[in-house]
Amino acid sequence: MESLVQNILNALQWGSFYSLIALGYTLVYGVLLLINFAHGDIVMVGAYIAFFVSSLLLGHYHAIPIALSGGVALALTIPLTMILTSVVGVSLERIAYRPLRRKGAHRLYVVITALMCGLILENGNLALLGASRKKFPEMVDKVIYTFGTVSVTNLKIAVILTAFLVFFLLQFIVTKTKIGMAMRAISYDKFAVPLMGIPIDSVIVFTFILGSSMAGLAGVLFALSYPILDPYMGLTIGWKAFIAAVVGGIGDIRGAFAGGFILGFVEIMVVAFFPSTYRDLFSFSILLFILTLRPTGLFGVPKTTKI
Amino acid sequence: MKQKLSVPVALLALLMTVMVLAQYEVIDLYIQTIILFVGINIIISSSLNLVNGHMGEFSCGHAGFIAVGAYVSSVLSVALFTQDRVFGAPLLPPQYAFIGFPLVLLAGGIAAAFAGLLVALPSFKTRGDYLAIITIAANYIIITLIINIDKIGGARGFMGMKRVIFAMEDVAEIPWMILWVFLFTILSIIAIRRFVSSTYGKGIIAIQQDEVAAEIMSVNTNKMKLIAFMLSSGLAGIAGGLYAHVIGYVNPKSFDILKSTEALVMVYLGGMGSITGSILSAVLFTLLLELLRPLQIIKWVAIPLLLIILMQFRPEGIMGNRELSDIFPRLKKFYRFK
Repeated sequence: MESLVQNILNALQWGSFYSLIALGYTLVYGVLLLINFAHGDIVMVGAYIAFFVSSLLLGHYHAIPIALSGGVALALTIPLTMILTSVVGVSLERIAYRPLRRKGAHRLYVVITALMCGLILENGNLALLGASRKKFPEMVDKVIYTFGTVSVTNLKIAVILTAFLVFFLLQFIVTKTKIGMAMRAISYDKFAVPLMGIPIDSVIVFTFILGSSMAGLAGVLFALSYPILDPYMGLTIGWKAFIAAVVGGIGDIRGAFAGGFILGFVEIMVVAFFPSTYRDLFSFSILLFILTLRPTGLFGVPKTTKI
Repeated sequence: MKQKLSVPVALLALLMTVMVLAQYEVIDLYIQTIILFVGINIIISSSLNLVNGHMGEFSCGHAGFIAVGAYVSSVLSVALFTQDRVFGAPLLPPQYAFIGFPLVLLAGGIAAAFAGLLVALPSFKTRGDYLAIITIAANYIIITLIINIDKIGGARGFMGMKRVIFAMEDVAEIPWMILWVFLFTILSIIAIRRFVSSTYGKGIIAIQQDEVAAEIMSVNTNKMKLIAFMLSSGLAGIAGGLYAHVIGYVNPKSFDILKSTEALVMVYLGGMGSITGSILSAVLFTLLLELLRPLQIIKWVAIPLLLIILMQFRPEGIMGNRELSDIFPRLKKFYRFK
C-alpha cells in the first residue's frame, strides 16, 4: 500500500515533466498545426542555459562581484532561463519556420525543418561543449518529509505544483484572454483571421514565447531533479511528450496535461511491477489502445471533412 | 525498341561494371560498402515515399519495419546456413546459401509486412498526426520487443551474418552482396512504380488528394491503405535484411527513431510522390554523409543546416512531385516513367 502511494507520487512528478513539455507541443500545434519536433531539444537547451546561468550566479565563473546564495540564485535562474529559452524558440521560428510558412510550403516540410533544427541544437551543443556531461549545481537544500514509509522531497512537491500552476495559467490565457482568442482563431481559419485585423505573426511569436518558456521551465526543473546534463537528454523525453500530447488530443491544453500524466503513470507503474526494459513496450501498447478507442485522443474533437 | 531496351541494358552494364571492378579490387571495400548503402537507402526512401509521398500520410516509424526485416532474415539465414552458438548446426547445407539467401530476404520482407499491420489497421480510423504517433509508437514497440528477446541477443545485438556471405563465396568467388542489393533495389523500384501507376494503384493517389472523395468514387480506401502500408513496410524489411548482411551485425539501437528520421529526410528531400526524386535524394544523402565524414561531429550540424537552407529555397524538395522524365522530356525517348 505504501509503495503504491510512493509510486503515485513518483508518477506525479514524472508526469509533470511530460505535461510541461507536452503543453509546449500542444500550444504550437494548436495555433499552427505544426509539430514542433525541436521542442524536446529546446528543453535540453533550457537545461543548459539554466546550468550556465546558475553557475554564473553562484559565482563559479567569478564574473559577478558577489556569489549569491542558493535560494536567491534559483529565484533569478528560473525567470532568466525562461526568457533566454524563449529567445531560442522565437529565433527558430523567425529563421526556419516563418519563411517556409510565407512560401506556403507543405506542412510536412515545416515538420522536417523542425526535426533538422532539433538535430542542429543537439549536435551543435555536442560540438561546442564536448561530450562530457555537466553536473547541475545543487541550489536548494533537499528537505525530505516522511509520512510513515512514504517520503517526499520539497523538490518533488515543487515540480508537481508548478505543473498544475502552469496548466491553469495556460488554460486561462488560451480560453479567457484576448490573445488566447486570437490563437484559437488562427488555428480555426488562418486566412480569415488577418482580414479581421489580427496581427497573425505577433500572435504566433507570442505562442512560441509561451511554449519555449514552458520548455525552459521544464528544463530547469528536470535539471534540478536529475542533475546530470547531456546533449541528447531532450530527445527521448521530447518524442514521448509529443506522444502524450497526441493521446490527450493535440491542440487542447487539457489534453496535453492529462496525456502527460497518463504517460507518467503508465511508465512508473510498469517499472514498479515488471522489468524496466518492458517500459516502452507496455506504455506504448496502452497508448495505442487508447488511440484505437478514441482516434482523436482523449479531449480531441473529430473534425468533419468536407469535399 | 530503343525505349524498351535502353534502360535494362544500361542497368545491366552498370551492374557488370561494378561487379567486375569489385571482383578485381579496383574499388576497395569502403567504396563497395558505400555503393551497397546507396542501394539500401534507395529501397528505404522509395518505400517510405509510397506511404508519405503517394498516399500523403505521415509515417515516421519506418525504422521499426527495417528492424523486423533485418532480424527475421538474419536469424533465418544464420540458423539455416551456418554453424551458430545459439542455433547449432546448419539446418540446410551451406552450399545452398546462394539460393536460399533471396528467399530468406523475402521472408524478412513478409514478416515486416505483417508488422506493418500494426500501423495499417489503426490507419482505417485515424489520420494525419494521430497516425504519425501510432507509427512512432510502433517503432518503439518493435525496438523494445527485440531488446526483450534474449535468444536473439537482446540489447547486445545479433551477429554471424558474415558467415552466410562466406558460405556463398565458397560456392563462387564473386561479390554476392552487390548482386543481391542491386537486384532487390531494381525489383522494389519496379514494384512501387508499377503499383503506383496502375489503375488499381491510382487509388492511393486518390486517397492523398481527398480521402472522402476517393471513397465516394468507389476506391476501397481501407484495402488500399492496407496494401500500401504492407508493401511499404515489406520493402523496408527487405532493405533491413540487406543492411544486416552488409554490416554483419545488427543492434536494436541502430533502428531507433533517428534512423526513421534519416528515412524521412530522404523522402522529403527528394520530393513527395516522386520515385526518381527519392532515388536521387537517397544517392545524394548517402554520398553527402560519407563526404562529410572528416568533419566528425560537425557533420551532424552541417547536414541539417544544408537541408534547412535547401528547404528555404526549394520547399517542395529536389523534384517536387514530378519525375525526372517530366523535367527532361527528351528522356522519354529512352525510358517512360509511367
